[in-house]
Amino acid sequence: MKYFRLVWKNVWRKKIRTSLTILSVLVAFLLFALLSALGYAFKAGVDVADAERLVVIDKISLINPIPMSYQNRIASTPGVQSVTHASWFGGFYQEPRNQFGQFPVNPENYFDMYPEFNIPPEQLEAFKNNRTGAVVGQELATTYGWKVGDRIPIQATIWTKADGGRTWDFVLEGIFSTDDPRGSSALMLFHYDYFEEARAFGKGTVGWYVLRVANGADPVQVANAIDLQFANSPNETETSTEAAFAQSFTSQFGNIALIVTMILAAVFFTLLLVSGNTMSQSVRERISELAVLKTLGFTDRTVLGIVLSESILIMMMGGLLGLGLGWLVVQGLSKQMAAFLPGVFLSPGAMGGAVAIMIGAGILAGIFPAVKAMRLSIIDALSRA
Amino acid sequence: MSEILARLEGVSRTYKKGKESVAVLNELDLEIPQGDFLAIMGPSGSGKTTLLNLLGGLDKPTSGKVIVGDDELSSMSNSQLSSWRSSHVGFIFQFYNLLPVLNAHRNVELPLLLTDFSSKERAERASIALDIVGLAERAKHYPRELSGGQEQRVAIARAIVSDPSLLLCDEPTGDLDRDTADEILRLLQVLNRDHGKTIIMVTHDAQAAEYAKRTLHCDKGTLEAKEAA
Ligand SMILES: Nc1ncnc2c1ncn2[C@@H]1O[C@H](COP(=O)(O)OP(=O)(O)OP(=O)(O)O)[C@@H](O)[C@H]1O
Ligand SMILES: [Mg+2]
Repeated sequence: MKYFRLVWKNVWRKKIRTSLTILSVLVAFLLFALLSALGYAFKAGVDVADAERLVVIDKISLINPIPMSYQNRIASTPGVQSVTHASWFGGFYQEPRNQFGQFPVNPENYFDMYPEFNIPPEQLEAFKNNRTGAVVGQELATTYGWKVGDRIPIQATIWTKADGGRTWDFVLEGIFSTDDPRGSSALMLFHYDYFEEARAFGKGTVGWYVLRVANGADPVQVANAIDLQFANSPNETETSTEAAFAQSFTSQFGNIALIVTMILAAVFFTLLLVSGNTMSQSVRERISELAVLKTLGFTDRTVLGIVLSESILIMMMGGLLGLGLGWLVVQGLSKQMAAFLPGVFLSPGAMGGAVAIMIGAGILAGIFPAVKAMRLSIIDALSRA
Repeated sequence: MSEILARLEGVSRTYKKGKESVAVLNELDLEIPQGDFLAIMGPSGSGKTTLLNLLGGLDKPTSGKVIVGDDELSSMSNSQLSSWRSSHVGFIFQFYNLLPVLNAHRNVELPLLLTDFSSKERAERASIALDIVGLAERAKHYPRELSGGQEQRVAIARAIVSDPSLLLCDEPTGDLDRDTADEILRLLQVLNRDHGKTIIMVTHDAQAAEYAKRTLHCDKGTLEAKEAA
């Protein structure tokens, strides 16, 4: 620590050169932060998916509704343990930009299907008992400052009420959280029965079914059996595992991920060249100063440590600035993208990795100049000066 | 004669140039008493700097012994020599060799970073050293803001800050005008007389050598040290 001033002053001996180097480190780590946060979102969908859970949607399109009457037929398909359903409501809270998922669901069994959602039992009970009750994920409650008991009006964009109204009033009965930090809980759930009764059109349909495969049953066979049942009906179905559902979405980004990795590798390689060059120039132009330090009694190892510290310091300054900036951008981005790409998140793991890369890159960029400084012969260096 | 501070016993230093080896110092014996102020003169290439390097533990003899105080430098490892230098010897160079990125005070403090002193103690000692060389009011100045003479004073403060008994000066006035050189030489005299420093000074300047207590002359490549008139 007592060498810090020396290290710090040496780092800034050429201010422009050091600033430019720090800037390039900053950009590299900003890129790293953004790409890893996006990559996280793509990967999260697959990771969070439950292979034992199947999703039944209309074969033509996710947004086509399927008849309510399918529920019993799906439930009685061999290998199906339980079935529930959800629909897309697509409203907003107060202002059109306040969009998030709102699903009319069956309160009796929806939470059984999603054990990763945690809700206090008494709140779940209150939700079940209040026809106009709703529950929201912790994320939403925090964003909008909602408390249990609040009245939450939601403006419909699709589902006008039978009486012509567009405002659906709910009473907040509970707040759930999710075990998995990668799963989003930016969701609002309310009673399908209330929705069904009050909506002006579309009665007798749901958006999609979610079912759990019985222990030992083959999910692929179950899915095929369900789709076969509804073949040649007006509403043919497409059943897939939640993972496959997420994967089909994500695989489009698989190649992008590879390209992104390659770009990052190229960026960091360039970074090493840039900062390595900065360090070797910096050592070359103060050979005699380093020799003087040794003359004063600084050991070879201390001199090595000083030069390496300079390199690591430059990398840390640029890296932490880039990471911090990336964090700010990700905060903003994740809010804006929450509706269509939830889980944009700069994970602690990614940040830890970034810091490790900073230290590693600092050592790599500095090691050759530092060893050169360490090996420097005092007599040669001073007689050359 | 008072106690001997430094002693060379049969010291040779040869450099290999390709197949040839050039003997710069040959079987040299020399005794330097405590409190001496010794000037070394001689033509370029006669081995004066080589001699200082041996006495300061920067270089090791090809054969023979270099003893300073109770320590035999010729048998010490490089890291032992490093730590020995930090507390036993101060170097003063022709071109001052201050670190341009540090101000005068921090330059003087530099050798103390190798000690266990607290930052407060380091600051106090650096201030005292700057005071001794008469530059207390320039403590915050950077080397580029100082004149050559002032830079050399800072370098002298740095050389004495860890209170070594031996000061080795390689042409300390070689880059200074007459008046400034005289100031620096008077300062060295003060350090020798009032602070008890033993000083060995290489110089090309006969007038500078006048300030010393005695002068040795080196000759040719292989040299013998002989007492001057
Ligand atoms: N590292 C080295 N390798 C080979 N030869 C060297 C080396 N260092 C010094 N010499 C040779 O040793 C001789 C003495 O050099 P030294 O620097 O001691 O001379 P000097 O008396 O200090 O000269 P000057 O007055 O020019 O400073 C010279 O001939 C020089 O070329
Ligand atoms: Mg010389």
